[in-house]
Amino acid sequence: MPKLKDIAKACKSKNAGPYELTLDIMFEDAATFDKVRKTGVICPELIAKLYRVPVASVVFTEFPPAHAYKATIERRIVSGAVGDTDVYGAQQHAPLLDVEIPI
Amino acid sequence: MKHDEVRMVSASGILGYGFPESSLKAGLARKPHMIGVDGGSSDPGPHYLGSGKPFTNRLSIKRDLSLLVRGAIASKIPMMIGTCGGAGGEPHLQLCNELLQEIAREHDLHFKLALIHSEQSKPWLKQRVKSNRVHALGTAAPLTEAVIDRAERIVGMMGPEPYRAALDAGAQVILAGRSTDPAPWAALAMHYGMPPAQSWFSGKMLECACNAALPKKHDCLMGTVTRDYVEVEPLNPDMRCTPLSVAVQCLHENASPIIHKEPGGILDTSACEIMAHTERAVRVSGMQWLPQPYTIKLEGAEKVGYSAITFAGTRDPGLIGQIDDFVRTVRESVATKVAAFNISPEDYQFVVRLYGKNGVMDEWEPSKSETSHELGILAEAVAKTQDIANAVISVMRVTLLHTDFPGRLCKEGNMGFPFSPSDIERGPVYEFSLRHVVEPDDPCQMFPIEYSTV
Repeated sequence: MPKLKDIAKACKSKNAGPYELTLDIMFEDAATFDKVRKTGVICPELIAKLYRVPVASVVFTEFPPAHAYKATIERRIVSGAVGDTDVYGAQQHAPLLDVEIPI
Repeated sequence: MKHDEVRMVSASGILGYGFPESSLKAGLARKPHMIGVDGGSSDPGPHYLGSGKPFTNRLSIKRDLSLLVRGAIASKIPMMIGTCGGAGGEPHLQLCNELLQEIAREHDLHFKLALIHSEQSKPWLKQRVKSNRVHALGTAAPLTEAVIDRAERIVGMMGPEPYRAALDAGAQVILAGRSTDPAPWAALAMHYGMPPAQSWFSGKMLECACNAALPKKHDCLMGTVTRDYVEVEPLNPDMRCTPLSVAVQCLHENASPIIHKEPGGILDTSACEIMAHTERAVRVSGMQWLPQPYTIKLEGAEKVGYSAITFAGTRDPGLIGQIDDFVRTVRESVATKVAAFNISPEDYQFVVRLYGKNGVMDEWEPSKSETSHELGILAEAVAKTQDIANAVISVMRVTLLHTDFPGRLCKEGNMGFPFSPSDIERGPVYEFSLRHVVEPDDPCQMFPIEYSTV
């Protein structure tokens, strides 16, 4: 079964301001996006499980014009605060890469 | 004055990131109504707002600013910079102003200048808290006087209105403090009579310049606004905008790609139609502006102490196999030794990041078992004073080097330090401390404008 890293065109994390982290998953074309969408694997519950946050706190949007999903969650620690490991929030996407997509 | 079409150039993603001079020239040749660039971001962390320093270099800011202001004066159009100096505080605004004055002298340029200040007065904010006109965002607690007092610097994120006021007053060059990223372009478009939805959307596209184009690089973007659509096109002939690259820009650094919260309203892009107009230009229509109560977002940074770090590596499989126990022993040993200096445990904390294990994701790291053949250990002490941080990190270094563990074969110092000296002072460290919005009496109240003739 393919993993997200095998079929996504982009999969990334980034700050959305210092308090939130936003995850973007994009596909090459509408056809791939639709196939992935039909599996229902990428959903708020998946994000909540991977990042151990309450599902109600996940701001989740499907964005067909970019063949993309976007999920925004609270950062584990505020950007640049003592103990932070990723000021830009740029390296927090890895848990998504191995998600299996049954297409 | 109302126009049927407003053309605007964004030079680069951030003032000081650079752009090809030829692209700016191509932009000016198309007779734009303004050129601008966003100068800031909170992305590089709280240090810049806290310390008053820029996150781009003085020389690189001057290079970009010089090309922009000379281009604007020659073309008799406004030039606007949002969030000067990275964080938009008073020292950041003054740095850009100093550089602008140098450039004006060197090139004998003359213009009406508006400086729009965004640093906020603490007594005024406390008054607003008392009158229940400050609201917490997300999971933040209500704002208190103590948080306001501890902040090194607090800025408000202005909307387009102060820029419009400066344009109405005839300013040709506008240097502004902290601003919502689309503000300069949204302001210019509305100044010439464009509707809020199209104006805000154009700002959203232009704020990161060629982030909306392919291949991604720091280069100039042209935006054309009409009452029906917004068109974007890169000014470098080797680049192009596609419906997808433009849609991707809608995702950029926002919590949502369809709901963009701005001062005084929401830009709703859920019904947008994104169509290729030429091979390199894209037209977007159908955006909506939903007015909301007017609020200004606040940003603040407070000093939390002084930091010192040391970095070491281990290639010892015996040690790597029991790294968590080893770090625990080191921490306990450091605490005991530091207590002997009469330093209270409340006056410092240390953080250990293990690169090769979970140094990048810490508690979010899903892979618990995989370990590398070598590990990097970044130890940090954050303390009430720099002296305490230095003392703690010095003890930490020695303890990392000499702490024993079961099965140790290397009986000497057992850690690879890449540097001498291996302890590095980092100076004061800050944290973002405000996650709130304030209701002003009017959109310009918090942002005094200072005019001068250069």
